Amino acid sequence: MINTLIGDFGHASVIVAFVAAIVASYAYFMAARQKTEESGDTTWRKLARGAFYVHSIAVVAIIFSLFNIIYEHRYEYYYAWSHSSNHLPVHYMISCFWEGQEGSFLLWMFWHVALGVVLMNAGKKNKQWEAPVMAIFSFVQIFISSMILGVVIGDFKLGSSPFILMRDFMADAPVFAMDPNFKPADGTGLNPLLQNYWMVIHPPTLFLGYAASLVPFAFAIAGLWKGKFSEWIRPALPWSHFAAVTLGIGIMMGAYWAYETLNFGGYWNWDPVENAVYIPWLVLVGGIHTMIAYRRSKQGLRATFILVITSFVLILYATFLTRSGILGNASVHSFTDLGLSGQLFTYMMAFTVLAIGLLVYNWKKIPTTEKELSTYSAEFWVFIGAAVLCLAAFQVLVTTSIPVYNSFLGFIGIESNAALPADQIAHYTKFQLWAGVAIAILTGIGQLLWWKKANKKSFKDAITMPLMLTLLFASLVIILSNKFDIFTFKLDNPVYILLFVVSLFAVFANFSIILGLLQKKITLSGGAVAHIGIALMLIGILFSSGYSNIISQNNSGMLYSREFPDEINRDNVLLWRNTPVQMDRFKVSYHGQFQEVKGVPGYVNKELLYQTDDMYKAIARGNIQVKDKVYFETGDTLDLISPENTYYEVSYASEKENFVLYPRAQVNPNMGLLASPDIKHFAGKDLYTHVSTVPDPNEEKDWGELQEYEVSAGDTLVINDYIAVFNGIEQIEQVPGVQLAEGDVAVQAAMKIMGERKNYHAHPVLMIKDQMMGRVPEIIEDLGIRITFLNIDTENHKFKIGVNVTQKDYIILKAMEKPFVNILWIGTIIMSIGFVMAIVRRNKEGNGGEGKVTKVREERKAQVA
Amino acid sequence: MKKSHIIGIIVIAMAIGIIMTTAGDASTYVSFGDAIELAKDGNSTKVHVVGRLKKDDQGHIVGMHYEPMKDPNYFAFTLVDTNRFEQRVVYFNPKPQDFERSEQVVITGNMQNEVFVADKILLKCPSKYTENEIQTNTAGI
Repeated sequence: MINTLIGDFGHASVIVAFVAAIVASYAYFMAARQKTEESGDTTWRKLARGAFYVHSIAVVAIIFSLFNIIYEHRYEYYYAWSHSSNHLPVHYMISCFWEGQEGSFLLWMFWHVALGVVLMNAGKKNKQWEAPVMAIFSFVQIFISSMILGVVIGDFKLGSSPFILMRDFMADAPVFAMDPNFKPADGTGLNPLLQNYWMVIHPPTLFLGYAASLVPFAFAIAGLWKGKFSEWIRPALPWSHFAAVTLGIGIMMGAYWAYETLNFGGYWNWDPVENAVYIPWLVLVGGIHTMIAYRRSKQGLRATFILVITSFVLILYATFLTRSGILGNASVHSFTDLGLSGQLFTYMMAFTVLAIGLLVYNWKKIPTTEKELSTYSAEFWVFIGAAVLCLAAFQVLVTTSIPVYNSFLGFIGIESNAALPADQIAHYTKFQLWAGVAIAILTGIGQLLWWKKANKKSFKDAITMPLMLTLLFASLVIILSNKFDIFTFKLDNPVYILLFVVSLFAVFANFSIILGLLQKKITLSGGAVAHIGIALMLIGILFSSGYSNIISQNNSGMLYSREFPDEINRDNVLLWRNTPVQMDRFKVSYHGQFQEVKGVPGYVNKELLYQTDDMYKAIARGNIQVKDKVYFETGDTLDLISPENTYYEVSYASEKENFVLYPRAQVNPNMGLLASPDIKHFAGKDLYTHVSTVPDPNEEKDWGELQEYEVSAGDTLVINDYIAVFNGIEQIEQVPGVQLAEGDVAVQAAMKIMGERKNYHAHPVLMIKDQMMGRVPEIIEDLGIRITFLNIDTENHKFKIGVNVTQKDYIILKAMEKPFVNILWIGTIIMSIGFVMAIVRRNKEGNGGEGKVTKVREERKAQVA
Repeated sequence: MKKSHIIGIIVIAMAIGIIMTTAGDASTYVSFGDAIELAKDGNSTKVHVVGRLKKDDQGHIVGMHYEPMKDPNYFAFTLVDTNRFEQRVVYFNPKPQDFERSEQVVITGNMQNEVFVADKILLKCPSKYTENEIQTNTAGI
């Protein structure tokens, strides 16, 4: 039966949230006016708070309704039908929630609400910020809640509701004409690529970052609005750090997900969807630097305004890019277009125009200093660093926006056929690598100048030790990699050497700062720690991407079209089942298809599973045991965790080590075959393996002609070049998957076939059921043979068996080594720790009065002395 | 001149440099005719071509060649561009899964020795994200 109540409740909550956001926004606006503030009248503020709480409760109610629809499998709703299915485990139902645009808007709204409530309550001490900041928060919420409003007035559609019923979504489908209460029995399921634990936590982290970047923006706008041009920085600074770290972690989680799940062979593909978040992150980090520099030297306030505002506008631009459908061909994984582009564009433009207008209007009033910055002052280098970050962001922005130029030119009537660069990696690397070099140098020099006394002599003293260590360590690595075979690569590319050297310098320089702070006040070292993290990330990226080495080169000598012999990489190798191939130093062989079974660790060979009509159930054809423990016995019914997934067992053997990898392929009715890698992690490198192609599992096998053999017990015969022994027959009581009634008889033949690696036992079945002959052939996938028990000649004690032969199973495999990719992940963690340390410190400053800041500054002076 | 002005000028100069380089690196969507012209002029820039797979009257794809047993890294097919120009395309990688189901194919590469050598293939499959059919046969009420 259709449940319309929950949808109506959800939809009503959306409307309440929308209206409450308007009320909160207006009331906070009124509360923030000069007149209201001076009069001490708190009624507007009380109203605004009430409205924002109503808005918050409504948002929670929307989330509850939508999750209930997914959790209870209410497929009468389009959202549940298109994003979920019956067999989805609960943690992936959470992913379903934000697979669609509407759910991810909800997630974004939820974080705004959470941060808004925190700001409302935490800002008790500096009350003057609550009204203007929350006015902006509520104003943003109006726009986002309008996206899921789902109100249609004439031809005008405002938002897309997640609570739309199937029968309204597909009003033309004949099934609803016959029965308006029709409810699909199952959903179409979650995109299999998103069925990954990172997809459970990556989107919330990213959207928390999105939401957190609103806080510094709101403070900056409030500062402009209320004429408090410099006071906003102190409360906004810890929030900027928080936004940067959550956004940064979110980006890296996405990168790790891509590394683990997609098969392009890396963690970063310069896809517009990835770039869209990377750009505001760079600008935000630039903004943090100018904020910190301003706090110390009262310089760069205008730049700070520009950067903080730009970072938020870029977040809106990212939203517009990924959700409006404008990327079209350019991206493989943007959201489905919901026809919201007009609304998204309005959202982006409203805030851009508002912010730029306020900034231009107040530009002359923003205090500046005429003082020149000395080359030996840290602030000078901090500003240069911010400029480099912005240039890096600008470069990615210019290229990523190419599809936007096409649309824009098309809009004004000019045809444009510009496309993204053919070799995107080379294009971006050309710039980003040098930005990395500049950033590494600047973090080292800037940090040393920041913490040491700013003059020539002491700077020289400070830089000597890190520089010496850098040169020593770098030469060691270069020599080891070039002269001895310690690493899998030779560090001989001059540009890579440069990046390596400067990154090492950044590590040592910042490390020397931590050592210096160790005796004084370690809590101040957040910046140094974060910078070490960044430098390590650069090193990790340098080695894992710059020296990524494909080991699955096809050396079989069998090539088509020799007209392009040299320049073409032949990066994939065909592996026949059980036929090892030498790849680099490994002997690699493919051993068959496996599946995941509930209650059994690891994977179970498909040969042991008898598939039933229910995709999710199978019957054990033999004892299922791992090591010595038997998990299931022959005949038991097994639950398959995800029947779409097939794991291909690939074993690697070298003189030093042996290991087995299980790269995965998923057959999905909507998306075809999707391959995901399996990765073997070593301390110094990762070995990354994925299947590129497998024989189409849905295609009927071509079994060739049936060959008949007449045998008696004990006979030996040759099948498809394998020696086989016919041991005899026995009567059996049960046939898997068949219901035997009284009077039915079933016998099975016992055969042994000697394969390359092991012996196989085949038990083809012959039965008489309801007076009809029935046969259950035995297929040995490893050997590519099918044996059918054809008949029994009872008089002569002879048995007739039939053998069909097919092409052996194979996979096409790509494998590569990624040296030192671990350094990238370690660097990410260290960077995050550094940021958290800085948040703690800046938050203390933010809560304390100016007096405390001067104290910190005195401490700093004391360290310098 | 103040130091900050000099830096400002450098930043602007670099920004212009970035725009120029991007304009130079940006590829274009062209027809096979243009791609052949480019190759004749000795220009090996990589371009994007949008097309459909060649099909016979029954809707079967023709001219597709992939034999992994012989060479897993050789895949050839015939693409018909928007000007209905047929061109042989070679891709030195395994055949992308789902290739047959694609409605539209975008390839990146250039002409070499009478064939278009693609180094990237992007498929647009009609059923990928738009689910406009409900299977009623399995559905219960």
